[in-house]
Amino acid sequence: MASLLNQIGAVTALNVRSIPQRAWMSIASIVAVALTIAVLLFFLALAQGLTRTVEGSGSDDVAMVIRSGSNAELNSVVSRDQLTILSSGPGVMQRASRPLASGELLVIVDGLKRSTNTKANMPFRGIGAEGLALRRGVTITQGRMFSPGSNEIVVGAGLIREFAGFGFGETVRIRGSDWKIVGVFEAPGTVFESELWADVAVTQSLFNRPNAYQTMRVQLASPEAVAPFKTWADADPRLQGLEILSERAYYARQASQSNQFIVIAWVLGILMAIGALAGAVNTMYSSVATRSAEIATLRIIGFSGWAAFFGTMVEALALSMMGGILGILIAFVAFNGRTTSTLGSGFTQLVFKFDLSPPIVITAIVMAMVIGFVGGFFPGIRAARQRPQLELAAQ
Amino acid sequence: MTDLFRLTDVEKSYTRGKEKISIFDKLTMRIEEGDFVAIMGPSGSGKTTLLNLLGGTDKANKGEIEFDGKRIDNLSEGQLTAWRAANVGFIFQFYNLMPILTAAQNVELPLLLTKLSPKKRRDNVATALKIVGLEDRAKHRPREMSGGQQQRIAIARAIVSDPKLLLCDEPTGDLDRTTADEILGTLQVLNRDLGKTIIMVTHDAQAAKYAKRTLHLDKGHFVESELAA
Ligand SMILES: Nc1ncnc2c1ncn2[C@@H]1O[C@H](COP(=O)(O)OP(=O)(O)OP(=O)(O)O)[C@@H](O)[C@H]1O
Ligand SMILES: [Mg+2]
Repeated sequence: MASLLNQIGAVTALNVRSIPQRAWMSIASIVAVALTIAVLLFFLALAQGLTRTVEGSGSDDVAMVIRSGSNAELNSVVSRDQLTILSSGPGVMQRASRPLASGELLVIVDGLKRSTNTKANMPFRGIGAEGLALRRGVTITQGRMFSPGSNEIVVGAGLIREFAGFGFGETVRIRGSDWKIVGVFEAPGTVFESELWADVAVTQSLFNRPNAYQTMRVQLASPEAVAPFKTWADADPRLQGLEILSERAYYARQASQSNQFIVIAWVLGILMAIGALAGAVNTMYSSVATRSAEIATLRIIGFSGWAAFFGTMVEALALSMMGGILGILIAFVAFNGRTTSTLGSGFTQLVFKFDLSPPIVITAIVMAMVIGFVGGFFPGIRAARQRPQLELAAQ
Repeated sequence: MTDLFRLTDVEKSYTRGKEKISIFDKLTMRIEEGDFVAIMGPSGSGKTTLLNLLGGTDKANKGEIEFDGKRIDNLSEGQLTAWRAANVGFIFQFYNLMPILTAAQNVELPLLLTKLSPKKRRDNVATALKIVGLEDRAKHRPREMSGGQQQRIAIARAIVSDPKLLLCDEPTGDLDRTTADEILGTLQVLNRDLGKTIIMVTHDAQAAKYAKRTLHLDKGHFVESELAA
């Protein structure tokens, strides 16, 4: 047993130290694995960042009201009357003897995306007077909140980074009306950072959508208050056709769109892995071929087939791990933590950060190891089967 | 003298496609312990095949091969591998050193198959290098040495684990006369002073003179009168 470990160690050292003899091939297979891993990580980190941002947007103790069956705010409708009834529901918090509730209207407006210099959709949200108070993670970091009834808007910091022409103090023309940007808000890790906010009444009138609300947010006393609130609303015939759920649950549902990136990650990742695998197998077969006299000699001397197998395996794993680590480094340097934007729900741009979480990095390492393992397995068997015969050692 | 090898009715054939090529047909022979046998014969006569059978690197189709009183023809692949490591030192025409290992590391290779401690391994390597007269080349790599020196390193590797038997396939086939004579002289010393049984395949009649006796192989058959010796 100790001898087998000695043997494996010696054969592995021989393999690894002879890598420079196959330098270009080895480098090529390292790079192939690195690219595979980087691409896989790109999409997984994208999906993760997207999921985290969308899921992180909702609170447990805020009830979200939408029309049943509408999976996006855009095709939801809540009437003014329903809004009034809901504001008086059980558990609704008050501030200055007014209910902490906000009827909202989301419209889509155009903006110029900095990265691509092309037009893209931005979410323009009309919110009620309590809209800001309902979102505890949001703080005005520059300027002030818009004043009710005015053509003023506040802009999310993420949106400013991604879109041109929305700087603090600027006046922007949207759908034929001028709007003044009076404040900038930050809402780290939430979808709101990608939005423009204005007074809901002004939004309704300037976008020609009188009295139209799509959603309503209601601040409840606690997360436990959501269920009774829903039971109460379900029992009221005037509130039929509405769906009530916690804001967190609503955004968790929205986050499922990042599944598409996970699918892309794995489809691309696996396709590229097959390519990288072909490269690895090739490199290892060539390693076995160039060392065939060496392997035959070792076998004649008394080294076991296992040692030859493991030597090849370890070389393959070493190469693929180097590729994996390189891929992870590329990912960390090139995009981890970088802000990006993509089409979120409601066909608007959503700004978020790539997120290389530890499980994703582990996934990448496992992927690299699988490539190395499969890439070394069959060449390893060929090495182990190398006959220990004198004429073979003479080549 | 006791027999180191006893071959009885050994048959060896290869199949190439549908064709069966018989190399040995009922080969019976003995080799005494302490012998130094040169095997000569035309190309294709089966010399290397015989070394493979004796060295446990190939299997006979039929017949018995006894080494030191024990049969080796019925050992499994793994048992044969261990048997080789313990009993046989191989010396090749092209030395077959690992180019990236130093002389000492090359010589140490067979010791990695033993339970010896690193310290003991180092001592044995030093002894083996001393026997071949290259203790000052321990740190050199094969390409920094002449062919003759490389073959000496290979001899050191073959004897480092103190096997009874040395099998040499054309050990001087790649060397000039003078160097060849030095190598053959070393083999002679190993045979005479250390009691190694040596079986050496060669095309060179001069080389064969260093052996105690020469067997001539032709189409799988030895000259009977020589076998009796
Ligand atoms: N693995 C094999 N498969 C098929 N035929 C083989 C194999 N090994 C050897 N032979 C055949 O067996 C015969 C004897 O070969 P062997 O290598 O023993 O000859 P040799 O006496 O060593 O010749 P040389 O002097 O050229 O080294 C040859 O005809 C060879 O082609
Ligand atoms: Mg031969």
